[in-house]
Amino acid sequence: MKKKLLALLLAGVLVFSLAACSGSSDQPADENGDETSTEEQLKIGMVTDEGGVHDQSFNQSAWEGLQKAEEELGIKASYVESKQDGDFAPNFETMLEADNDLIWGIGFKLADAVLDAAKNNPDQRYAIVDHTYGDKTPENVVCVMFKQEQPSFLVGYIAAHMTEANNVGFVGGIEGDIIWAFDYGYQAGVQYAAKELGKEIKVQRQYAESFSDVAKGKAIAQQMYQQGADIVFHAAGDVGTGVIEAAKEQGKWAIGVDRDQNYLAPDNVLTSAMKRVDVGVFNVVKELVNGNFLGGQTITYGLADGGAVDIAPTSNKHVPQEILDKVEELKQKIINGELEVPYNEETYKAFVDSL
Amino acid sequence: MNKGNKIVITFISILFGLIVGALALLIAGFNPLEAYQIMFQGIFGSPKYISWTIVRSTPLILTGISVAFAFKTGLFNIGAEGQYIIGSLVATLVGYFFELPIVIHAIVAMLAGCLAAAIWGGIAGLLKARFGINEVITTIMLNWTALYFSNYVVFWEPFKRPNRDASQQILDTASIEILENWKVSDAGREFLSNNQFLKDFLNPPVNFGFIIAILVAILVWYILKHTTLGYQLKAVGFNRDAAEYGGIDIKKNMVVAMMIAGAIAGLAGATQVLGVSKETAILTAAEGYGFDGMAVALIASSNPIACIPAGLLFGGLKYAGSKLQPSIGAPLEVINITIGVIVFFIAMPKLIHILQSAISKRKRGVKVENTK
Repeated sequence: MKKKLLALLLAGVLVFSLAACSGSSDQPADENGDETSTEEQLKIGMVTDEGGVHDQSFNQSAWEGLQKAEEELGIKASYVESKQDGDFAPNFETMLEADNDLIWGIGFKLADAVLDAAKNNPDQRYAIVDHTYGDKTPENVVCVMFKQEQPSFLVGYIAAHMTEANNVGFVGGIEGDIIWAFDYGYQAGVQYAAKELGKEIKVQRQYAESFSDVAKGKAIAQQMYQQGADIVFHAAGDVGTGVIEAAKEQGKWAIGVDRDQNYLAPDNVLTSAMKRVDVGVFNVVKELVNGNFLGGQTITYGLADGGAVDIAPTSNKHVPQEILDKVEELKQKIINGELEVPYNEETYKAFVDSL
Repeated sequence: MNKGNKIVITFISILFGLIVGALALLIAGFNPLEAYQIMFQGIFGSPKYISWTIVRSTPLILTGISVAFAFKTGLFNIGAEGQYIIGSLVATLVGYFFELPIVIHAIVAMLAGCLAAAIWGGIAGLLKARFGINEVITTIMLNWTALYFSNYVVFWEPFKRPNRDASQQILDTASIEILENWKVSDAGREFLSNNQFLKDFLNPPVNFGFIIAILVAILVWYILKHTTLGYQLKAVGFNRDAAEYGGIDIKKNMVVAMMIAGAIAGLAGATQVLGVSKETAILTAAEGYGFDGMAVALIASSNPIACIPAGLLFGGLKYAGSKLQPSIGAPLEVINITIGVIVFFIAMPKLIHILQSAISKRKRGVKVENTK
């Protein structure tokens, strides 16, 4: 009897562990593949990290970009999700076998896998988001980067104008160049506005050391609100979902990231620092459709480059027009190059000294 | 039940699983025949796929043996996951910080991983022996402890690789990948371009892990079958009280059993690091090698040797399953359901028994009617 129970338990654990493997989702990817123009149709594949294509942020955004390309440019898009880091290499292999014309790696986590794949298959085109190999970028790889410090600067500026407690927060994911750019860009925006207003504004910063731990994000944000912050900006993927939840519960402001996250808490998300991965992905695909592959290059999207990074369009719901007008002026200054937004500790210090 | 019957039942279970899995695919709106064909092709279509399947299966075979071994000794090792994590972490640490000559470095890293994981498993064994705390509970908790401990260590400044969610990579001397440098050298490339089969076969990170797994399977089988230690361990598994009456120190045996199980699961992690990933990543959740190991042990009905084909089957399903996504657009969830159903049926040989006896009963009934 005991053994039977044990076996039953074992089977239960198994099914659970399998079912719990990845995030939630529905909707099958793409059905109506009218196979009309098989010869001309470009095939584009993408490999996600563990977040999967329904992660509410990065990967989802990239997949939306490919879906848009499928509709408008007539390409054939497909994706494969990674469940663990060990999946990266075989997934690129799978995409290679599927005769894709271009294979995307979404996120800096896949940087090594893309580089390996690109070196082993010099005739295959690859692209990666959020990582650049600099001068060492192989000829068959295109890197797509974003100046995330620029929209962060703008939301920091807004936060400084909107804070009543003169105390704002920042929650980061895992430290590294990308998230530092959000962090220091934001701080610079806050300090720039503080100088303008003649105030002292404190910025609380903390890193969650995770991009997925919603509970931790919530706990950190709660802590920040209790210590007097009234606006918290996050650049931490799914961790940020917890930040926004905390804002909702405590009736404070949160600032979203990557996408316009106002829909998550319409009354509590002040604005969002948008980093439109979908625009970046779409543009590269569009170039490719036009017969132009930018191999070996790094494409960087800033405020000047047509809406790939910006503040959310819903910002006017909560932010007064006069502040938004000032933001618009700032945006022009950044585009003109009058204002250099810092993206790491070093440049940030120089920036603050120059204020 | 004799051995032949057992194997037949396992095969029938797999068949059943495939049929019900097909239904799941059908309901989700995909053609199951096409899907299975893609999966079959995805495993056997090229030497490259076969070696990928082997690479992907290696850790599953080892964690499977770990669970199977503990099971034979009456313990339920849910902690293979945590032991796997500790094994891979320590192997990475040794692989990165130590500077040793080639071969020796790999062996030292592997043994260190094994030892650390053995201690990790031993904790659960000790708690059970000393305080009677159920190992199911302690090992589950130790899984999480291992996960967060590993992340904590990876965040340690000298060990973390800047701008990556992972640790530094192990030194080349610690690698157990077969012909790793030769493959990408000019001479290697030239040789392989003339030999398509080898080129394909060596394309994935083929490593010595699979051979190690086979050796471990044989070793564990031998220990269980032909040594005093194995006899004692099994005796405790069959009947604790009888074993104690027979003069076996059951407490010591529990700790030893969990330590060995831990060491094997840790070896799985170590071979994966040294042969495939070369680093420890920051984990957001358990990767599932230990849990999948339970499935493997179930399919193998806790026979260490049978863990080899069972691990290959499971690894193959998982590897080939990922190919469904880009080819027919089936979401990962549907693939998981299909694989889950297959495993579920394999894990239920009892059901086949019931079906079998029901069928034979009816036959008998028919015969009786006929004679009337």
